[in-house]
Amino acid sequence: MASTKAKTQAKDAPIVRMERVNKHFGSLHVLQDIDLVVQPGEVVVIIGASGSGKSTLIRCINGLEEFQDGRIEVDGNELLPNGRSGHALHTIRQEVGMVFQQFNLFPHRKVLENVTLAPRKVRGVSEEQARKTAERLLERVGISDQAHKYPSQLSGGQQQRVAIARALAMEPRLMLFDEPTSALDPEMIGEVLDAMRELAREGMTMIVVTHEMGFAREVADRAIYIHSGQIVEQGNPQSVFDDPQNERTRSFLARVLKH
Amino acid sequence: MNLNFQFDWHAAIQSIPYLLTGVPWTLLISFGGLAIGFAIGMLFGLLSINPLRTLRWPATTYIEIFRGTPVLVQVLFIFYGLPQVLGQPIPALTAGIAAIALNSGAYISEIVRGAVISIDRGQREAGLSLGLSRSQTFWYVIWPQSLRRMIPPLGNQGIVSIKDTSLFSVIGVGELVRQGQVYIATTFTALEVYMMVAIIYLIITLSLSFALRWLERSGLVGQ
Repeated sequence: MASTKAKTQAKDAPIVRMERVNKHFGSLHVLQDIDLVVQPGEVVVIIGASGSGKSTLIRCINGLEEFQDGRIEVDGNELLPNGRSGHALHTIRQEVGMVFQQFNLFPHRKVLENVTLAPRKVRGVSEEQARKTAERLLERVGISDQAHKYPSQLSGGQQQRVAIARALAMEPRLMLFDEPTSALDPEMIGEVLDAMRELAREGMTMIVVTHEMGFAREVADRAIYIHSGQIVEQGNPQSVFDDPQNERTRSFLARVLKH
Repeated sequence: MNLNFQFDWHAAIQSIPYLLTGVPWTLLISFGGLAIGFAIGMLFGLLSINPLRTLRWPATTYIEIFRGTPVLVQVLFIFYGLPQVLGQPIPALTAGIAAIALNSGAYISEIVRGAVISIDRGQREAGLSLGLSRSQTFWYVIWPQSLRRMIPPLGNQGIVSIKDTSLFSVIGVGELVRQGQVYIATTFTALEVYMMVAIIYLIITLSLSFALRWLERSGLVGQ
């Protein structure tokens, strides 16, 4: 696949480099001196309480949120503070896929059209070619038989898998997942995690905000605990979950893992 | 109360052919005006949500003026007032269409604005995150969904504007109410004729309601 080739070419260069990134919402300091480097092929899981800034952090990477201070570099393109990035932002968004908590599929377009829209309009791929790619991706996430339905006719789990296929259709070098299973009924969480697991196995670079500790433990190369906009602790998931060094990480995990 | 009064069905039915001569004018003014109003509404509705302040304020000013003054005053202004400036008369039909266009345009601008801003923020974010530009995100993602949400309020506005044309009897357009007045002047059957006028309005507005409900269900607009 094209993305695999690109990855080997830039093996040593990190895909994401955040340096002393700060973000404020009015008087609220939501991200404080965030330093984060993500290497190609790495799967990073971000955990933390709601309101800790974990979603905001990944939304800064594709410019859905602005930051006020510091620098973010995504695959060699630099994002500037206060939304002054200009064309770099456009380039970054084409290379970074995102999956949202609420799926955010386009309700007025059929499943197949959801997946073909961006490749056609942004990359100028022919309709025929885009359809082929979309069918392959939908099959990969196990919903090829739903291609001609509207999103509202699908279950939550199916919709989220379409959303994954839609993001993959742009052949991204990095995938961001913003609590992808939080809006799902319990029995549908597994099928979405399976699709993500598969993606990780194929070598996709992923940053995942999630509460699924089992998934994090099994799939992630690194877990990051964020508290009040600061990275408090990070390391391989086993050591972070089983032997947290920081008191706040310990109390958060105690609360999450208790039930 | 006049207990001897009898509703004269014969007179009512007899008035119908004459009243019907007003219907084309009513339809022409209302639908001609609404078509232009729709174009105005798209333009000014989109301007009013534009991030650029210099584009926003002319739109807001227009909307406030034409929403905040009676359509009767607007048509009198156009028909009697403007010719004094232009130095030549404006035909009553033109004045009527212009008044409906400008008046409904102000309301439709608000309908457009409301529909667009009601689309979930996540739709925009999904479009942008896929690499679509801001304008592509708007035209491929936001706008088609907005169109669908506009149908019910647009139907409402259509009905209001159709009824507003009845006011234009004052400038002498031969629309439905005017034809009724003319007919009554010779027959003195006010109750029967206005009843028929009301029924004809009802037939027009109900047809529009049904047509729009069908359009909404058919899925021809948006999804």
